[in-house]
Amino acid sequence: MIGQAMQRVDGPLKVAGRAAYAYEHWEAGQPLYGCIVGATIGKGRIIGIETEDAERAPGVRMVMTHLNAPEQGIRDESIPFEYWRAQPVLTGPDIHYYGEPVALVVAETFEQARAAAELIEVEYAGGRGRFAFAEHEGEAYVPKTVNAGLPTDTSVGDFDAGFDGAAVKIDQLYTTPYEFSMPIEPNACLVAPRDEDLIVYVSSQIVDAAQASIANTLRIDPARVHVFSPFVGGGFGSKLGIHSETILAALAARELDHPVKVAMTRQQIFQLIGMRSTSSQRVRLGAERDGRLAAIAHDVTMHTNPDVEYAEQTAATSRSLYAAPHRLTSHRLTPLDLPRGTDVRAPGEEPGLLAVESAMDELADALGMDPVELRIRNEPALDPERGVPYSDRHLVECLREGARRFGWEHRPATPSSRREGRWLIGYGMAVAIRVHLQGPAAARVRLEADGTAVVQTDMTDIGTGTYTILTQVAADGLGLPADRVRIELGRSDNPTSWGSGGSWGAANSSTAVHRACATLREKLLAEAHDDARSALRGLDPADAVFSDGDVRIGGASEPLSELVARNHPGGVAAEGETRFMGDEPNYTNYSIHTYGAHFAEVGVDADTAEIRLRRMLGVFSVGRLLNPKTARSQLIGGMIWGVGAALEEEAVVDPRSGAFVNRDLAQYLVPVNADIPDVEAVVLDGYDDKANVLGAKGIGELGICGSGAAVANAVFNATGVRVRDFPITLEKLLPGLPPMDA
Amino acid sequence: MRSFTYERATDTQAAVTAVARSGAKFISGGTNLLDLMKLDIEDPSHLVDISRLPLRDIEELPDGGLRIGAQTRNSDVAADSRVRTRYPVLSEALVSGASGQLRNKASTGGNLLQRTRCPYFYDTAAGCNKRNPGSGCAAIGGFNRIHAILGAGDSCIATHPSDMAVAMAALDAEIELLGADGSVRRVAITDFYRLPGDTPQIETVLAPAEMITAVALPSPPPGRQIYRKVRDRASYEFALVSVAAIVSADQGTIREARVAFGGVAHKPWRSIEAEGALTGRPATMATYRDAAEAAMRDAVGQGDNDFKIELARRTLCRTLAQAARAS
Repeated sequence: MIGQAMQRVDGPLKVAGRAAYAYEHWEAGQPLYGCIVGATIGKGRIIGIETEDAERAPGVRMVMTHLNAPEQGIRDESIPFEYWRAQPVLTGPDIHYYGEPVALVVAETFEQARAAAELIEVEYAGGRGRFAFAEHEGEAYVPKTVNAGLPTDTSVGDFDAGFDGAAVKIDQLYTTPYEFSMPIEPNACLVAPRDEDLIVYVSSQIVDAAQASIANTLRIDPARVHVFSPFVGGGFGSKLGIHSETILAALAARELDHPVKVAMTRQQIFQLIGMRSTSSQRVRLGAERDGRLAAIAHDVTMHTNPDVEYAEQTAATSRSLYAAPHRLTSHRLTPLDLPRGTDVRAPGEEPGLLAVESAMDELADALGMDPVELRIRNEPALDPERGVPYSDRHLVECLREGARRFGWEHRPATPSSRREGRWLIGYGMAVAIRVHLQGPAAARVRLEADGTAVVQTDMTDIGTGTYTILTQVAADGLGLPADRVRIELGRSDNPTSWGSGGSWGAANSSTAVHRACATLREKLLAEAHDDARSALRGLDPADAVFSDGDVRIGGASEPLSELVARNHPGGVAAEGETRFMGDEPNYTNYSIHTYGAHFAEVGVDADTAEIRLRRMLGVFSVGRLLNPKTARSQLIGGMIWGVGAALEEEAVVDPRSGAFVNRDLAQYLVPVNADIPDVEAVVLDGYDDKANVLGAKGIGELGICGSGAAVANAVFNATGVRVRDFPITLEKLLPGLPPMDA
Repeated sequence: MRSFTYERATDTQAAVTAVARSGAKFISGGTNLLDLMKLDIEDPSHLVDISRLPLRDIEELPDGGLRIGAQTRNSDVAADSRVRTRYPVLSEALVSGASGQLRNKASTGGNLLQRTRCPYFYDTAAGCNKRNPGSGCAAIGGFNRIHAILGAGDSCIATHPSDMAVAMAALDAEIELLGADGSVRRVAITDFYRLPGDTPQIETVLAPAEMITAVALPSPPPGRQIYRKVRDRASYEFALVSVAAIVSADQGTIREARVAFGGVAHKPWRSIEAEGALTGRPATMATYRDAAEAAMRDAVGQGDNDFKIELARRTLCRTLAQAARAS
């Protein structure tokens, strides 16, 4: 069952519109609707706020501002993971970034709330904001650590000496823009009070964090907060924590003792959830003539909001990637009065690989070497910074298999040398690497007397396929047909997990379910062994096979349902769990990652510099695949996002106001179908026995890692023009195009 | 709540009468107006739905042209065999615009009247003389990558977003208008649109309560027609620059040429200057370069959009070369 390309078990619900998302729920009657009012300055203070007209507007039940908002918990930095901390809103008159909530209007209809929101007059005293990254890059400071608790700087060997002595050097600066997660489902919630409790439907990646964060903000017992997030329309990091819409709805619901719904508009999402930091990355590579790297340095400066420090682990990307005796990495942060940086799919690797894998392509070009061969020559035997062995590194196999399948031998060896009509044709490649993480997760598996199983956990399915893979794991673990397994996700009353994030959700929750099933099997077999009524009495449990709803030992067999019903007429349950990786020796003793190799072919219009992807292939090594179908969707989704990062995506700040200018999906471009004519993902067979008992590793973020660099390198191969300021839009190529001929 | 009333018009003259009241607006496909209402940029008090008026036919005209009813959907115009055969530049322009779903809703008249996609026009907190006369133009000195390089002024640097209108400009289309008093007039499409001047909020010469009832295309000019749209992604995106070109060449000499640009100005930009530099000249790249220079002689960049000047030149040269080769 595990490893089969099972169709999504929740697919019929979704295509029929019966999978209810947060804003679609109904609890305790007709809700009220909230509309968030955002600041129209980027830095300063509210010196007056006029709400009377709004309060008198039809249908309005409440206008909440910093003047009347209930007192809330503070962001307690002793709580180790930020998504569990309080997220107070409307705490005072200070404005920290453009669009920050200054009021919530609650009315009987959404339209009434929105119209009344327009009536609120806010008077500001403007402060001098820092909005332009380039102007303030010199003010960068050294953060204590970077995201995921990684060290800020690392150093191995003597970089300066190694780099100075290298025969061939690359020393370049790459820049990446602000990027947003932008799932289709906006951040949205329904909060309904029930006596002292709160019922919260929210679009959340981590239910446990949502529960804790709401409780900490409202200063109530977490047990009184009941969070439901059964279906989530995409997350990509933007729903790891809860956001102002949920806190505002919860505050209003308690004040009014009435259910309140709040959804962010698309424009508000661009202001209120945070974004991938902009980055400036200096990459230095020093190599011998044979391509072997002597020195690697990756120095990154990014923006941070001054109040909420966030340091994306962008330079950490190069720490485990290639062998080189002399190495440096560093992270610096420049405070800007902009929304906070936050986790966006593959934090660190996505921008980091754009830079490092572009630099490797530049090195291959400088050496006159095949870029695939250059990577193979720098394959490390041990993790080059940690000095520990790799658990399961198959990067070279990915490179070779990808090159073979793609027809890499047909690549134009010289840049700007192949033309088909008006198209300049280029091939590019880049590698993918993504750290594999493990976090705590618990799951309960309950066998009913009728022989059906229910899996219960607060783990979420953010469109990734959790319902499906847990069905497979439980069916596999109990020897049941898939239609006798039911999965219950996204409820805070279920056993807790660290949800979906960091690509760990599938492996964490699958391992927990697998263990719960093993515990159930052992318990039932032990009971049968000593039970005179069982056909399996006295037989060796070690020989037992659970299959098709039966339990067999040798020639004897008994339906699983009878084993359960006889001793547990009300059903029997067991829990399984995973532990935090810091408590698992394998994660200390081995370097555990997933890998891949991306290959891209692009055409660049010789006259207009329009860049169009022609085809793309990724070959990946991820341990054992739980479900090739859902895995493929994750991988190609990531690859396509990488195409967008290379060519299209950029949120632009107006340096006069601090506002994002292009804050809707008509102006913030992501790839459309016509941009992606041909994309394929191939996964090598594998099993990482150091990762977990199932041998499976995370895949949610691997696809985006490096795919943009493959496209960027293909653009260089097509045109001979190297663009180091992402995204590569046509005006950056235009000056380097050949003159127009007849 | 911004309440508005709604009526569905069944009679063309009655619709014009109905929209004469204060705060009333026509609505057809609604692909632009509804967005603008949700964003508080348009706030009509009354909507007159003209989408079901009997203005959905494409008729032959005695001079060999076509008369396209204003309520004909963009998809239907693009797919019409007469349009595809005789006015391929129009069909190509239409299918390059928006998405299939939007083209199924959007009307010919509505397409002509769609508003700019300037981000500051959409941001009610920003200064915009078009949205709020006298409030300034935040795009000047702001992020102006998609903005105008021709015919702009100190009050507004927005562009007109239509592809269809660019092809129609090259085809010498005329807009047929019905007035509240029942009068009918025809205005050349190049005269229909206004440059921003000091009144960028007034985008056309439409009189109050006047309705677009049809677009008349004269018989097609000789030569090969091409619409070339340059954009940041392969579909579902407005033009950075587009060119509608019609070139008639004979034995290596250009007899007649029509050139219109999209994405460069407050209106679809017919370039008489480029046409003058082409007529009677040899069909060579040198000629096309001269035409491109002539077309862009008065072009002014705003910073982020400086590249559009060279992009427009190059796009024009290549489009002319393709059109001349095939004609």
